[in-house]
Amino acid sequence: MAITKEEVLHVARLARLELNDAEVERFQGQLSAILEAVGKVAELDLSDVPPTSHPLEVSNAWGEDVPHTSLTQDEAFANAPERDDDHFRVPPA
Amino acid sequence: MSTTWEPVIGLEIHVQLKTATKMFCRCRNGYGGEPNTQTCPVCLAFPGALPVPNRRAIEETIKLGLALECTIADRAIFHRKNYFYPDLPKAYQISQYDEPLCANGRLVVPTADGEVEIGIVRAHLEEDAAKNVHVATSGRIQGATATLVDFNRGGSPLVEIVTAPNIHSADVAKRFLQLLRQTVVELGLSDAELDKGSMRFDVNVSVRPAGSDELRTRTELKNMNSFNFAAKGIEREIARQIKIYENGGTVDQETLHFDPTAEESAPMRSKEEAQDYRYFPEPDLVPLHPAPEMIEGLRGQIGELPTARIRRIANTLSFYDADVLVTGGLDRLWAAVVDGGADPKEAANVLANAFVATGINPSAVNPEEFTKLVASRSEIPRAVFDDALSHVGDPGFSAEPYVAQKAVSDASALEPVIAAVIEANPGQVEQYRGGKQGLLGFFVGQVMKETGGSADPRVVSELVREQLGA
Repeated sequence: MAITKEEVLHVARLARLELNDAEVERFQGQLSAILEAVGKVAELDLSDVPPTSHPLEVSNAWGEDVPHTSLTQDEAFANAPERDDDHFRVPPA
Repeated sequence: MSTTWEPVIGLEIHVQLKTATKMFCRCRNGYGGEPNTQTCPVCLAFPGALPVPNRRAIEETIKLGLALECTIADRAIFHRKNYFYPDLPKAYQISQYDEPLCANGRLVVPTADGEVEIGIVRAHLEEDAAKNVHVATSGRIQGATATLVDFNRGGSPLVEIVTAPNIHSADVAKRFLQLLRQTVVELGLSDAELDKGSMRFDVNVSVRPAGSDELRTRTELKNMNSFNFAAKGIEREIARQIKIYENGGTVDQETLHFDPTAEESAPMRSKEEAQDYRYFPEPDLVPLHPAPEMIEGLRGQIGELPTARIRRIANTLSFYDADVLVTGGLDRLWAAVVDGGADPKEAANVLANAFVATGINPSAVNPEEFTKLVASRSEIPRAVFDDALSHVGDPGFSAEPYVAQKAVSDASALEPVIAAVIEANPGQVEQYRGGKQGLLGFFVGQVMKETGGSADPRVVSELVREQLGA
């Protein structure tokens, strides 16, 4: 279950990470080890086991459609990298 | 021998639900607020904030699924769809993937040539992104730009509806969209206004030799904000692809940005790499198991749907009239007026033409008063009728004062006016008597003018002809 160098670079690109050659090699080893460990599960016969999407035996956890108080603009912008009047301002998309 | 080509069209529609609150937090949902005043730690993606689904949004989605004859899932889950963009603060959108709430439905679209069944692959629930505004910045660096973000819309509930690629003409695609919109509006789910973005759609188009069942490379049309533009854009794309194949070329898979003013649809900047959203189950949310009682309760809230009404009304009127009344949201008012004794065809004409032109919301109209007005349409002057029509949506509107202004059809009242008009226009009288019958309209017009539009033009016309009769 070894992961290729190209796959490491692809995943890094999706996560917007820039890796140098040494890092690519290190993560290739680490990711391969993780995949291998998880791959152990595939050795079991799980044809009768439904995939688990959540560990809790809980369903239909929802809230009623009743508004609560939102943050003020000042609160909302408190951690903003940059504020432009009543908007968040970010580098061009 | 030239090939006959068959278009293959699939639609993807997003409808914004008009719940009171957002999908995963209880910030207010809706337009009108100052930018960034409807936000909280959940919809701004502060670390540790947890989503709580909106029960009503789930119910509305199921209701739409039932109206579209979908199978409602016994178990549905949310997935994370991962991508980076400033309108998505979590860097993932909570959506549904392989276990959507509704799947395998259909919408039957009545057309002049019979009914066409369009398959619904799925209808699922997700959250909307925030609103980005791209601006040029002033200052020393020329051409520098920035993106401004308003998170009020971020996290609003959206239903995505995906059709099977079994639409084969631009006209059916347009009718499907109109019918779906009317269905959504009547169910009370959404205002589904194209110009406000509460209904948006993308169209996938390909063509193939008629009779084959292959699926060729498709292109995606985006940015269409009217049903007529959609039909026009689809027609144009079909013609473009046919031309490419007939010249021995191949169609590239691309996204085309529709510009109604241009002759062609321009390709959008191609994506640097194939989309890789890395969907995985949203660990912050537990599965949904809609109970059968809940589903049946929602089914009970659905009235007679537009398709069924078009079918029924087309038994009385033409398909065209039935379609216009139902997709225009006018048929309930029409039925009330007809029940009140109005002629079905005349009532349909008034509604589809004069009434639509006023832009009044049909639900604001009192059917009883409207019926009285339509019933006396032929007896009151046109100007009075039009004036009345422009007020039928006013609270407390009464037809009485308008109906009381009956057109003057009493010959003894009209004859002196007609005599005066004849006397004042000897030249025209001579020409008329000399055979220029077209001048009758001139005399009628003069009499209408003299009476301030209160005369009944049909009576005037008869009397003028009599008096000039030579």
